[in-house]
Amino acid sequence: MTEPGAPSAPVGGDLVRRHRLPTRLWHWVNAVTLLVMLMSGLMIFNAHPRLYWGDYGANFDHAWLKIGSARTGAGEQGYLELAGRRWDTTGMLGLWTDADGRVQRRAVPYWATIPSNYSLAIGRIWHLAFAWVLALGLLFYLAWSLLSRHLQRDIHIRSAEWRPSHLWHDIREHARLRFPTGAAALRYSVLQKLAYAAVLFVLLPGMILTGLAMSPGTDAWAPLIGEIFGGRQSARSVHFLCAFGLVAFFLVHILMVVLAGPLNELRSIVTGWYRLPKERGE
Amino acid sequence: MSLILSRRRLIRAGVASAGGLLLPGCDRLFENPTFRGTLESAEDLHRATQRALGRDALAREYREADMSPQFRANGSREVADPAYRQHLAQGFANWSLRVDGLVERPIAVPLHALRDLPQRAQITRHDCVEGWSAIARWQGPRLALLLDMARPRPEARYLVFHCADLYHGKPYYESIDLVDAFHPQTILAWAMNGKPLEEAHGAPLRLRVERQLGYKHAKFVARIEAVASPQGIHGGRGGYWEDNGDYAWYAGI
Repeated sequence: MTEPGAPSAPVGGDLVRRHRLPTRLWHWVNAVTLLVMLMSGLMIFNAHPRLYWGDYGANFDHAWLKIGSARTGAGEQGYLELAGRRWDTTGMLGLWTDADGRVQRRAVPYWATIPSNYSLAIGRIWHLAFAWVLALGLLFYLAWSLLSRHLQRDIHIRSAEWRPSHLWHDIREHARLRFPTGAAALRYSVLQKLAYAAVLFVLLPGMILTGLAMSPGTDAWAPLIGEIFGGRQSARSVHFLCAFGLVAFFLVHILMVVLAGPLNELRSIVTGWYRLPKERGE
Repeated sequence: MSLILSRRRLIRAGVASAGGLLLPGCDRLFENPTFRGTLESAEDLHRATQRALGRDALAREYREADMSPQFRANGSREVADPAYRQHLAQGFANWSLRVDGLVERPIAVPLHALRDLPQRAQITRHDCVEGWSAIARWQGPRLALLLDMARPRPEARYLVFHCADLYHGKPYYESIDLVDAFHPQTILAWAMNGKPLEEAHGAPLRLRVERQLGYKHAKFVARIEAVASPQGIHGGRGGYWEDNGDYAWYAGI
């Protein structure tokens, strides 16, 4: 199942073409864009750090997630409230010290937001401009992936791969950090396919659609988007849940790159060239 | 133990240097007028896109059962101006709205006359720029009716809403263009949830410009001025938050 045009039967140690230019380009544009989107999004969240379900939701209404600060006896604590339970997050969320040593009561600390000093308006300027890069980038990449058969060839999960025994085998191999070697490393494992498919078809479109659902202007001409998610405040909640999903993907992604050989992986996503890991036992 | 400590120190140093380089990097980048201008030009793209795809689209209207149990009041909740306080005490019996500027016939319309005009009532969602939403029923005459009476001149492009309140010491005002002004859901609401507007919600009149964020919905509207451009009015950017807080004039997103 090697790519057409690839030299026949490459073996471990061979240098092979792995990522084509559109993939590499999109990867890096997206890396920067998603970082900006996340950090400016956290700034916007700071303006109203509560999440609701339904169409409406404001201070008087029940929030399923809330970050804030409260007096506790003589002191004060930052907290995160989730489904009625409260965790002390002093120093991290709700109550923290800024770079100049001043105590701040915003939800997310300065080092995780763009801009670093509180400004909803400037956070929105970054967020809503980079949103175009994110949306158009995804659109072009999906179109290219379909036309170039990248999706069909590399991401499509075949019926054999859906078998529970195969899935379980891949989970065990991952847990034991036994990554594919030789020619087998040319294609993605089923867990990799699932992760990339989740990003391409669930998390990123989810971010964009829930973002659009929050826009009152867009909601007027495309009300279906908001209705699909169960109303504007539900869409806002899903927006943050998808963002957490992308952060989780990022953490696993980085961990896997480090475990699989960071220099080789980095070379392949910069230059396209990837050295196939040597077969075990050689 | 020492290994853990040094690793922890290393991580902390890493976060600090990432924070030290990346974050002020973004802040500094934003100080570059070309970069900032490029980001801000997305506002034109938002307006053009939304006008192209839904110029006449109606904002979603809800049923009574969908309404917020309690509607949060935001911005100025009271007005200090003595003349306003006197009108408030009199139930706005002697109050009137002025419509002037680039119009053929400047008018002053008493509140009772606004109530006697054909009314539109709509249950709509108010979306604050901060992220929260509240649903209420608003009632009042369409703004288009008043514009038909005052007749904007051809050079009039925007309507400026002058408000009775000062917010942090400066007069609140907002502006919209004629597309939004003549939109069927753009009304001058004097009633909310079946009762005359309370002071906290902008008595006696609040602009409802559905399809835009909350800060465009000027409260305590005292005067509507037709202009060719918002330049020359207060900070010149078309609204209080546009002048004083970097907020976009087009607030459909």
